[in-house]
Amino acid sequence: MPTFTPDTIDVTTFLRDHEKKELVRILTCGNVDDGKSTLIGRLFLDAGLIASDALASLEADSKRYGTTGGAIDPALLMDGLQAEREQGITIDVAYRYFFTEKRTFILADVPGHAQYTRNMATAASTCDMAVVLIDATKGVTEQTYRHTAIIALLGIRHVLVTVNKMDLVGYSQAVFDDIRSAFGDCCVRFDFADLHFIPVSALVGDNVVTGSAKMPWYRGGTLMHLLETLNVASDRNLIDFRFPVQIVSRPSADFRGFAGTVASGTVRPGDRIIVFPSKKQTTVRSIETFDGALDEAFAGQAVTLTLTDEIDISRGDVLAHPQNVPTLDDACEAMIVWMGEEPLVDGNTYLLRLGRTETLATVDAIRYELDVQTHHRKQSTQLPLNGIGRCSLTFHQRIAFDSYAKNRTTGAFVLIDRVTNATVGAGMVLDRREENSQGRWQMEPRSKTLRKEESRVESKDREKQWKQRPATLLFTGFSGSGKSTIAHELERKLFAQGHVAVVLDAENARLGLNRDLGFSTEERAENVRRIMEVAKLLNDAGIIALCALVAPTEEMRSHAKELVDSDRFLLIHCSAPLDVCRKRHPKELYRQAHTENVPGISSVYETPQKPDLVLDTERDAAEQCAEKVEELLRTNGILIEK
Amino acid sequence: MSSYSLTHLEQLEAESIEIYREVAATFRRPVLMYSIGKDSSVLLHLARKAFHPGKIPFPLLHIDTTYKFREMIAFRDSFARDQLKLDLIVYTNEDGVRKGISPFTHGSAAYTDIMKTDALKQAITKNGFDCAIGGARRDEERSRAKERIFSFRDAHHRWDPKNQRPELWRLWNTRIHDGESMRVFPLSNWTELDIWHYIHLEKIPVVPLYFAAKRPIVHRKGALIMVDDDRLPLEPGETPEMRLVRFRTLGCYPLTGAVDSAATTIPEILEELLAAKTSERRDRLIDSDQVASMEQKKRDGYF
Repeated sequence: MPTFTPDTIDVTTFLRDHEKKELVRILTCGNVDDGKSTLIGRLFLDAGLIASDALASLEADSKRYGTTGGAIDPALLMDGLQAEREQGITIDVAYRYFFTEKRTFILADVPGHAQYTRNMATAASTCDMAVVLIDATKGVTEQTYRHTAIIALLGIRHVLVTVNKMDLVGYSQAVFDDIRSAFGDCCVRFDFADLHFIPVSALVGDNVVTGSAKMPWYRGGTLMHLLETLNVASDRNLIDFRFPVQIVSRPSADFRGFAGTVASGTVRPGDRIIVFPSKKQTTVRSIETFDGALDEAFAGQAVTLTLTDEIDISRGDVLAHPQNVPTLDDACEAMIVWMGEEPLVDGNTYLLRLGRTETLATVDAIRYELDVQTHHRKQSTQLPLNGIGRCSLTFHQRIAFDSYAKNRTTGAFVLIDRVTNATVGAGMVLDRREENSQGRWQMEPRSKTLRKEESRVESKDREKQWKQRPATLLFTGFSGSGKSTIAHELERKLFAQGHVAVVLDAENARLGLNRDLGFSTEERAENVRRIMEVAKLLNDAGIIALCALVAPTEEMRSHAKELVDSDRFLLIHCSAPLDVCRKRHPKELYRQAHTENVPGISSVYETPQKPDLVLDTERDAAEQCAEKVEELLRTNGILIEK
Repeated sequence: MSSYSLTHLEQLEAESIEIYREVAATFRRPVLMYSIGKDSSVLLHLARKAFHPGKIPFPLLHIDTTYKFREMIAFRDSFARDQLKLDLIVYTNEDGVRKGISPFTHGSAAYTDIMKTDALKQAITKNGFDCAIGGARRDEERSRAKERIFSFRDAHHRWDPKNQRPELWRLWNTRIHDGESMRVFPLSNWTELDIWHYIHLEKIPVVPLYFAAKRPIVHRKGALIMVDDDRLPLEPGETPEMRLVRFRTLGCYPLTGAVDSAATTIPEILEELLAAKTSERRDRLIDSDQVASMEQKKRDGYF
C-alpha cells in the first residue's frame, strides 16, 4: 500500500498527518547469508516504497542477476553493500530512510563482517529497536548470541527476532519453536521490554508486510506491524531531570542563558535546581527558544535556560532537581567496548567525554573480559580491538553521571586517544552503588544450596577457657588518628592476660583480602563489609576482633553493627583534629589527597553520633587509650574476671 | 498538558541544534558553508535557532564560481547579508578567473575542481577555519550515507572513508590537531522530503528558482539549461525558448538542469516530490547501471 498517491489523497492532508509522525531508529543485523538485503528489499517493496515502473525493471534485473530463478529478488533493491564489498571499500553502517503511514524510520544496517562489535555498538548507541535475523535452515548461531548481547549491552529494549527462510523449512512450526526456545534461553538475562519472534520468508513475502496463509499457527503481527506499533516513547526517562550545559549564551549584558539538550526528565520555570559539580542551587527563570519561551521542557528538546541567580556555570556542568541528583564522583565502574587498534591496557590514561564534560580518565583495572557468546568472564589485563570488558576508571576531576541503565545520555562516555585523537572506546557506567554498597550488605548468597555447618565446640566452653565473650570493636577515625596503634596495644595487653584477640587492620587487609578495592566511597564500604565478615567468623570462634577502619560514614558503621550482631558490637571513636592526624601520618597519604580520595579532606567523614567510647588521641597516649577500652570491655562483661 | 513527545521533524531539529552548539563550543574558528540552495536555507534557519537570542557566532562562506544563477546572488545579498545582517564572506578563486576557467572551455570536471573544490580549500586555509559546516544529507548519495556527522579532514583536506572515527550516541569527537579540520553536517539525518516539509512548516524563504516560471531554455545533452546571461555560447541558429520550468537543485547555471513543472507553491513542490520520490529512490536503490559499469570497469582492467 503506497503511503502517498496524488490521486487518492491531497497533499495538504498527507502533510498534516505526516507532520505528526514520530521518528523511530532501528537497527538490522544478521550474517551475510541470512537474507538481510532480501528482507529490507521486501520491506520496501511490500510497503509500496517502490514505484510500479521500478518494479518492471526489478523483474528484468531479477532474471539477469537474481538468485531466484527468475522470480522477483528483493535483494537487488539493496545494492551497494555487495558492490562496495567487491571494490574492497569498508562499509561500517549504512543508513536508510523511509516512512509509512504511521511512522518515519532511520534504519541503520550493520553488515556482518570483521569489525562487527565496533559497528554494532556504534549503530546500537542511537537505536530504539533491533531486528535480529536468523536463518531458519541454520538456527541460532554464535553470531546471533553476539548480536543480542551487544544490543542488550547498548540498552536497546525492543528486539524483533526475524526467523527467515521459513519457505525452505516447509513453514514448520517445530523448527520455529526450537529456534525460539533456544534463543529465549539466552535472552533470560537481558532486560528487554519487547522480545518478539516472527517467522518470515523475505523472498516470498510471508509476514514481512503482509501476513502469511502458510503459517496459520503464527498469531503475532508482521514485522512491519511491529515496527509501526511497538511503544518506544516510554523508553525515554521523563523522571530524572538532567541538563548537561552545552554552551553558555551571553549575547548581551542583560542576557545570560545556558543552552543544551534536556537529557532526561522535565523542567519548568520556577523549579529549584542544583548545579553539578559546584552543588550551588538556584531557580529556573525561563526556558527560551527561537519560537518563544516554553512553560516546560522535556527530554530531547534543545533549549536555553535562564536562572534567577548569577552563579558560575560553564560547559559540562549538569543541572538537576535537588531531590533527584546524579552521582558526583571521581571514579566509576563501566563496561567498555574497545575500538582502538592498540589494546586497552591497565593504567592507560585517555580523554573521556561524558555528556558535555571532558576530563582525563585512567583505566585502573580491567576486572574481566566478557565473552559475549558464552557470557563467561575471562581474567585479563588488556582488552583487544572489539573486546568488551568491565573496567574501573578514575577521573582526574569529580564529574556528575548516572548509570547507563538509568540514563542513556548521562551514563555513556567515549574514550579518545590523546595523541591520535582517535575514538578508541565506548563506555557504559554501571550502577555500582546498588551493586557494591547497599546491595552487598544485604545480598543473598549466590548459591541456593548452602547450609551452615555448626561448630562442635560449645561457646560456653570457649568462654570458660579464655575468660571472655566474643565481641567486635570498630575503631573509627581519620587516617593517622591512632586507631591501629591503640588496637595493637590493646591486643598486647589482652594477650598478656591470656585472652584471645585479633587485630583486623584495614590497610593490612588491602594487601591481601581486599587488594582489588580502591578508595571510592563504594569501595570503602566493601572494604568494611569484608572485614566485618571476618570479624564475625572470629566472634563465632569466641575470639575478640579489634577492627581498625576509617569507616567514614554512619551508614557503613550501622551496616557493620548489623552484620556482626548489635549485642557484640562496640564503636570506638578515635578523635583528633585533622591537622594533628596529618602530621602524625607516616605515609604520604595526605599529600596525595587530591588524587586519593581521603576522608575528611577530599571525601566525607561523618563524626559518629553515638559511639560507645570516644578516645581523645591528641591528649592521651596509646597506652592510656588502650586501658580505657579494656575498662569498657570489663564493664560490658566481655572480659570475665578470673 | 504536554504529551512529552516530539514529532520526527522536531527530533531532527533538536539534533541539528545540538550539533551546531557543539561546533560553537569546541572549535576556534568555524564557518558555515552557505550555498544559497534549499538545504542552505534550512541550515541557516537552524543556526539561528541554535544560538537564539544570540547571533550566529561564525561567518557564512559562499564560494562564488562566478557562474551562479543571478537570482541566487540576489537572494544571498538581500536575505543573508541585508535582511539577516550576517557576516558573509564571498570567496572566488581569482587565479582561476585570471586563467579564464569556465565550464564551456575547460569541461565541467576541471571547472568544478578549480572553481569549487580548490576555491573551498583555499578559503579554509586562508581564513584559518578549523571547522566547515555543510548541508550534505546521508540520503543524497551513497558515499555520503556512511559519512560521519563530524567528519575529520587531514591537513590536506582529505577524507579517509576507511579510517573514520566511530560516532556513538551524541558524543561527537571534535578533537583535531593544528592544521587539520572538521566538516560537520547538521542535516545528515534529514531527507529531501523533510527539508521541503520543514521549509513549508517554518515558512523559510528560498530562492524563487525553485518555483515554476517561464524561463529561457536551451537543450544541452538532454538537459534543460537556462540561459541566465550572455556568457552561454549559443549554437548557430539556436534560440532559447520560453518554457515553464523550475529547479530541484541549484548550482552553476550552465551545469544545472531544470525540470518541466507547474509547481508554484511549496505544497505543489512536495506533491511533485512525493509522486517522483519512488522513481528517484529507484534510481538510487536499483542502480543496475552501477553493477554493469562495475563489471565494465573490471573488464577494462580496473583492480
